[in-house]
Amino acid sequence: MTIVKKKHPLAIRWFHWINFPILALMLWSGLWIYWANDEYRIEAGGKVIFKFFPEGFYQVFDIPFNLAEGMAWHFVFMWVFMLNGFAYVCYTLFSGEWKYLVPGKDSFKNAIKVTLHDIGLRKELPAATKFNGAQQIAYTSIIIFGAGSIITGMAIYKPVQLSWITSFLGGYKTARLIHFCLALSYVFFFVIHVVQVIRAGWNNFRAMVTGFEVVAVNKNAKENEA
Amino acid sequence: MKPNVDDNLKDISNQEMRRATIKSLAGFAFGALGLLGSIKWLVAGTDADGLSRPLRKILEANRKVAGIIFSNKNLAPVFPKERAASEPRLNGNIGLESSIDVDDWILNVQNNTLIRGMNKSSMKLTLDEIKKLPKTEITFEFKCIEGWSEISNWGGTKFSDFMLAYGLGGFTDHGHDNLLTEHVSLETPDGGYYVGLDMESALHPQTLLCYEMNGKPLLAEHGAPLRLMVPCKYGIKSIKRIGKIAFVGNRPADYWAERGYDYYAGL
Repeated sequence: MTIVKKKHPLAIRWFHWINFPILALMLWSGLWIYWANDEYRIEAGGKVIFKFFPEGFYQVFDIPFNLAEGMAWHFVFMWVFMLNGFAYVCYTLFSGEWKYLVPGKDSFKNAIKVTLHDIGLRKELPAATKFNGAQQIAYTSIIIFGAGSIITGMAIYKPVQLSWITSFLGGYKTARLIHFCLALSYVFFFVIHVVQVIRAGWNNFRAMVTGFEVVAVNKNAKENEA
Repeated sequence: MKPNVDDNLKDISNQEMRRATIKSLAGFAFGALGLLGSIKWLVAGTDADGLSRPLRKILEANRKVAGIIFSNKNLAPVFPKERAASEPRLNGNIGLESSIDVDDWILNVQNNTLIRGMNKSSMKLTLDEIKKLPKTEITFEFKCIEGWSEISNWGGTKFSDFMLAYGLGGFTDHGHDNLLTEHVSLETPDGGYYVGLDMESALHPQTLLCYEMNGKPLLAEHGAPLRLMVPCKYGIKSIKRIGKIAFVGNRPADYWAERGYDYYAGL
């Protein structure tokens, strides 16, 4: 037996879908900026293992060398990114949605079970509310990362006027590196997120569009819920 | 609850669900169109300076926001002299292509202020005259707009001391801020590179006219005999081999601002 249940509030759906293209634009313009001096690499024993990014990466994604425009875009859409993120956090706080999102004391155990299930080492998914433990940890981390991007961003945008932030983060170069790593983490998050959304199926995805989710219930469970 | 009620609920739900899905998709599609439209508008019509007008406007607005926190009390962090690079990284030699004779070098200064009519409208200064002014040294992290940064050591005179000594741009120790010119224009002797500087940044206590690096006279590639160092801005503003300084009322030409970069370039 199935029933339609409200899942995601309209505001959260908008914040989510606005963030998607804006973050993409921030990453894209960030790449334009980074390419002007793409010095980050992973080394071991004096040997370069991986360079961020190999020349082929820029060619495959057709990223032009475009520092001036990259900076302009970055410093325009940073406002949208910040305002949208701020609105999202305020909304979750005041609406009480944060209760579903912030990890609780069982979230870590729950997240481990979810992960074991997802990689095929456990049969059943553990019981969860709107979000399971892994989602709670991921969705809360990404907000903290967002705050981190804003703080490290300010540290490298105004390292003289806001030198106290820059110094607190360990200096200009360190702040830049953290800012870059946070950007990488969004891409990492995005890949996992999309894979999980595909695995969860249409019903789950549709819930992020319409706000409604079709849930299977047996009579008793439904009455208990009501 | 009777099973058939649940079935009804399900039927209605399916219909409603479809309607809700289409409605929501249409809503977000509308939003996506709005975003695409605003992006189109943002990049439409590149102005003479290599950036679209709306983007340029927003950069100007950002400058106003940054102006709220800009203060002469906010200083670039300084470091012990030992940490300065012995051979600072070089970037760009625009305006330095030709060679000059440092001994023949003369600084042309134009004071275009109308308010202080008593000032000479122009003067020529030698390096020795500039060296007579109070000397200041700074070891700070130079920041290139390309993203790299490097601690380096520079010596010279504060730009504000230079202005004060010659009453330039209307700057006096009587403190009439309203009599100051708004901008400073600096360019290389051949005019190949030129920089516009707002008065607040020119008067910032760390803004120096430099003739020394690591305690020795400037090398040609670092802008001998006299260069600017503006720690509160990206390196593009720290013009090498200054030939001319003008104090002006309107925003002067700026090499990189003409090529799509933010005119302010403040840090």
